[in-house]
Amino acid sequence: MANIVIDNIKKSFGAFQALKGVSLTINDGEFVSLLGPSGCGKTTLLRIIAGLETSTSGDVRIGEKSVIGLLPKDRGLAMVFQNYAVFPHMTVYENVAFGLRMQKADDARVKKQVEKAAGLLHIEPYLDRYPNKLSGGQRQRVAVARALAVEPGVLLMDEPLSNLDALLRLEMRTELKTVLQEAGTTTIYVTHDQTEAMGLSDRIAVVHDGRIEQVGTPVEVYNHPATRFVGGFIGNPPMNFITMPVTGGQVTAGAQQFAVPAQGGEIVLGLRGETVERAPTGQGLDMQVRVAEPMGSHLLLTGSILGQPARVILPATETVKNGETVGLTLDPKRLTWLSPESGVSYPAAA
Amino acid sequence: MTQNRSWIPYALILPSVVFLGLLFVVPLVQTLWLAVSDNGTPSLANMTTMVTDLNFGRSVLNTFLLTLAVVPIQIVMALTMGSMVAKMNGGRETILWIWTIPLGISDLAAGMVWLSILQNTGYLNSVLFGLGIIERQTAWLTYQTPVALFIGIAIAEIWRGTAIVMIIIVAGLNQVPKEFKEAAEIFGASPWTRFTRITLPLIRPALQSALILRTVLAFEVFAVVYALGGRNFPVLVGEAYNWQNQNQNYGVAAAYAVLIMVISLAATLVYLKAVKVDPERLP
Ligand SMILES: Nc1ncnc2c1ncn2[C@@H]1O[C@H](COP(=O)(O)OP(=O)(O)OP(=O)(O)O)[C@@H](O)[C@H]1O
Ligand SMILES: [Mg+2]
Repeated sequence: MANIVIDNIKKSFGAFQALKGVSLTINDGEFVSLLGPSGCGKTTLLRIIAGLETSTSGDVRIGEKSVIGLLPKDRGLAMVFQNYAVFPHMTVYENVAFGLRMQKADDARVKKQVEKAAGLLHIEPYLDRYPNKLSGGQRQRVAVARALAVEPGVLLMDEPLSNLDALLRLEMRTELKTVLQEAGTTTIYVTHDQTEAMGLSDRIAVVHDGRIEQVGTPVEVYNHPATRFVGGFIGNPPMNFITMPVTGGQVTAGAQQFAVPAQGGEIVLGLRGETVERAPTGQGLDMQVRVAEPMGSHLLLTGSILGQPARVILPATETVKNGETVGLTLDPKRLTWLSPESGVSYPAAA
Repeated sequence: MTQNRSWIPYALILPSVVFLGLLFVVPLVQTLWLAVSDNGTPSLANMTTMVTDLNFGRSVLNTFLLTLAVVPIQIVMALTMGSMVAKMNGGRETILWIWTIPLGISDLAAGMVWLSILQNTGYLNSVLFGLGIIERQTAWLTYQTPVALFIGIAIAEIWRGTAIVMIIIVAGLNQVPKEFKEAAEIFGASPWTRFTRITLPLIRPALQSALILRTVLAFEVFAVVYALGGRNFPVLVGEAYNWQNQNQNYGVAAAYAVLIMVISLAATLVYLKAVKVDPERLP
């Protein structure tokens, strides 16, 4: 019903192009995260979908109908603002009730919905208070409750949990996901926290510099980043990029050989740090370890491979000394190859 | 080091306190005393003279009527102008600048401007005559045309005093982050609902200041009235002026001054109560 089609949206602020042609389709009931660094245009895109900002060109369709030119209130959506926009002159209760009041809901329904949303976000103790005395995290939850209370078909959330402590965030994340799934709400969730995006989303759209670099399930985006930017942005530690020479369509790493989608010259290997296995030196790629950090659950090695900075993860049972050289073998199924010029990855080998 | 410096703030504000004390409190006490005494002994004679004077009732009535007519219109106009300006992208500064021109004109000059429009040989009559609406010069500002006189004075006052209200309101509107209105819009509030449920409550402090300032000034109306109506339209400050200068009766003039002050204070109190600003409900 309420699917969203974003069709080649462009937005300029004067000479500055904030969105450079964004296209994205979100299915009915789907949870899609917009993930990207600060200033990449996430909020701008959300505001255009909501109707608070006009796009320079392009189309937005909600439920198959173009909403360009419709007022925000006629688009059938709710929104959580990045800076909350919780009304200071109303109690928390009236804030959460605001959307329902505008829909002229009767008091019984208002009460029921407010209590439901407040319960979900653990803000019942503050219902009679004014937002002014609440902490940032509490206000943020009021903003989320206000949006949930109207049970919207489409929900736009702009970093709705950014101000919560890690524990509460984890809990809210799970609860949000559950209620939105149950209600079948089509959700666009803006965040620059990649673990949040990975954990919550059906699909992730990675935004960079006014463009969508890649759209895919968390696993796809993680394992096969479409660009060097995506690989470097997602994952902790980020993907390693190692430039290697190609001879006759092959890359040689010690005793290992890989067929690559290039004939000669150079290619960039995109290597996830946890996909390597320890081996005697010379078997695969050798790594000069500068620092070995036992993290409890795993061992994090920082150093260089072929003279290029790298970070890999070994099982916690391994022991490596600082300054040691370790041999690593690669898993051919989990490698990404990228063009050194464009930074775009080659399609995953079938 | 810093412990024994607590006298510094006091020293710094001392000049202003002394200045205010000499130029405000002393005359205030003197005026109060002048109003309630006769030849150095306490007496209500001045008050009685004031109240029983022929013009007293009319001046009270005129002042209140004028205030009641002018202040609400000015507030509504200022809110409208402020909201319109807030929606503009270009030319905003220019329009604000033009709207605030009357602020730079003294109230007597403003009265003269409107006199040149409304007097018998004024621009209004010329235009009306030119359009064939009137056949000969018509008098608007006389004792025989009290309604026209009242309207003329009210218009002049509105022209002169709306800018100050608007400036306060625009400052208030600028303080309201646009996200509040946007959030209300998303959740289905119409423009009118946004104005009444979001904007108005959030500019309460500005509204309160504007109301108090404008009302107090309205009770002190004088120069515009004097220029346009002379003694045809008695107001409180005009009476004080006449008793002081024409009748040389400083006691009754002081009684009027005290009355104006009491009315202003009462109006301020009413506003402070009615347009309450609860710090808890501010952003
Ligand atoms: N009204 C505006 N006028 C001019 N430039 C703007 C405006 N709004 C946004 N921008 C610019 O557009 C770019 C994208 O802004 P946007 O707020 O969408 O970023 P974002 O991805 O939400 O960032 P963050 O994660 O920090 O919230 C930024 O460079 C910003 O400076
Ligand atoms: Mg943002």
